[in-house]
Amino acid sequence: MTFDFKNKVVLITGAGSGLGYACAVAFANAGAKLAITDISQNSLDKAVVALQDNGAEVLGLLNDASDPADVNILLDMIVTRFGRLDIAVNNAGTATPLQEFHEVSEAEFDRVIAVNLKGVWLCMQAEIRQMLKQGGGRIVNMASATSRNTYPNASPYVTSKFAVAGLTRTVAVEYAERDIRINAICPGNVATPLVVSLVEDLSVLSAKHAIKRLGTPEEVANGVMFLASDLSSFSTGSMLEVDGGWNAI
Amino acid sequence: MRLNNKVVLITGAGGGIGQAAVRKFVSEGAKVMLADIGLDVTQTLVDELGPERCACVAVDVSQADQVENMVSACVERFGGIDVFVANAGVEGVIGEIINTDVSNLDAVLAVNVRGAWLGLHYVIPVMRDGGGGSIMITSSGAGVKGSPNTACYNASKHAVIGLMRCAALECAQHGIRVNTVNPGAVETRMMESIEAGFTDAGAGDFKSMVEAVTPLGRYGQPDEIANMMVFLGSDESSYCTGSVYMVDGGNAT
Repeated sequence: MTFDFKNKVVLITGAGSGLGYACAVAFANAGAKLAITDISQNSLDKAVVALQDNGAEVLGLLNDASDPADVNILLDMIVTRFGRLDIAVNNAGTATPLQEFHEVSEAEFDRVIAVNLKGVWLCMQAEIRQMLKQGGGRIVNMASATSRNTYPNASPYVTSKFAVAGLTRTVAVEYAERDIRINAICPGNVATPLVVSLVEDLSVLSAKHAIKRLGTPEEVANGVMFLASDLSSFSTGSMLEVDGGWNAI
Repeated sequence: MRLNNKVVLITGAGGGIGQAAVRKFVSEGAKVMLADIGLDVTQTLVDELGPERCACVAVDVSQADQVENMVSACVERFGGIDVFVANAGVEGVIGEIINTDVSNLDAVLAVNVRGAWLGLHYVIPVMRDGGGGSIMITSSGAGVKGSPNTACYNASKHAVIGLMRCAALECAQHGIRVNTVNPGAVETRMMESIEAGFTDAGAGDFKSMVEAVTPLGRYGQPDEIANMMVFLGSDESSYCTGSVYMVDGGNAT
């Protein structure tokens, strides 16, 4: 075990599958107490059972990160159960099928922005209110290699991820002197259920990365844990790339 | 142990960040070749940490034959190179461009840019033949921002980001990852020298200026930079290449 999060209370949104679930497994293996959310009851239940079977203490919460009422209840439930929130990983995200910009419907744009941007905004507000009460905390936002780079035909997603970068950096500066460190991680493509559902030929994605392969969920989780740990005590408002060299090309 | 039995070659090993990095690498199980322009500091560190895990070599990183010799010494002693930290750097003279002699530019570029390039030139073939590895170049907060009175240093630290990006693309096929670590202001001898340089140049109190614009409100500690170097040197960062890793208290935001 590389990282030690023994008895730390960690919230991970969108942890029913993909990168969020990988983060949940990694934090659980490092001794954390978990609160995980998902918008799908089925995914959430499966994740909770799998984590508990592995010996983890897990609170599973059905939650829509883009719904203010849902998010506020979420923090209440975490504090009721665990008494505090040490680390939050704002991971819940979505995307639209690839299509040219002029074909994207307003409804699709609104849906992606609601989850990927407003969801992070709402969750961070609730998390920071709690962290201010308890005197500190760590937040890691799931940005993307496309927080800095283009991805044609994914305009709602790219827009939302650029925005998450700006939000992360601005808010990090606001709370830097109150022991709340806020950073973002910028993964390249990983063969998560979301990516697989949107892209038919994954080899096209491999070519975007200097390493010529997709990342693994565990590689992204390693970066998240680094940012959540005291190893990164001098980092705030930073963007940690785990992208196989995509941004260097 | 995150670097168990990996061989690390680090230049500038006797400096503030270098020494902290060496200690972290050893505590994570690595064997370390400490390179610096003199042997005073590095030999003391080797004596303390133990000759079975450490050795040292003198090198002027701006001289090709000496860099080649440094790489050979590491291979002969430890059998290869898994992690290379091109960390040697100099701050040069502090002052405005119009008041600075061009010899300062040459001196700073020789160590910070030519030195890093030479390191890559001789290390990459060894890593390639060994099946891969991780390289990091110590850039700086000065590698992504400007500031008055430090043009030579900032130019050199910007330059190594370009060098790193090209090397990352060339080396990916060999299983070698290449990144930069960009410290903000850190409590080291170099920062004390820069502070004195600002005072001498009548450019103000550097430390208070930096602390005022750093969101975390303080200098970093060498250990905090070393932590990032361990992450990038270890297999935890196996999908990280071609990137700039700020450890700057939020300064670049």
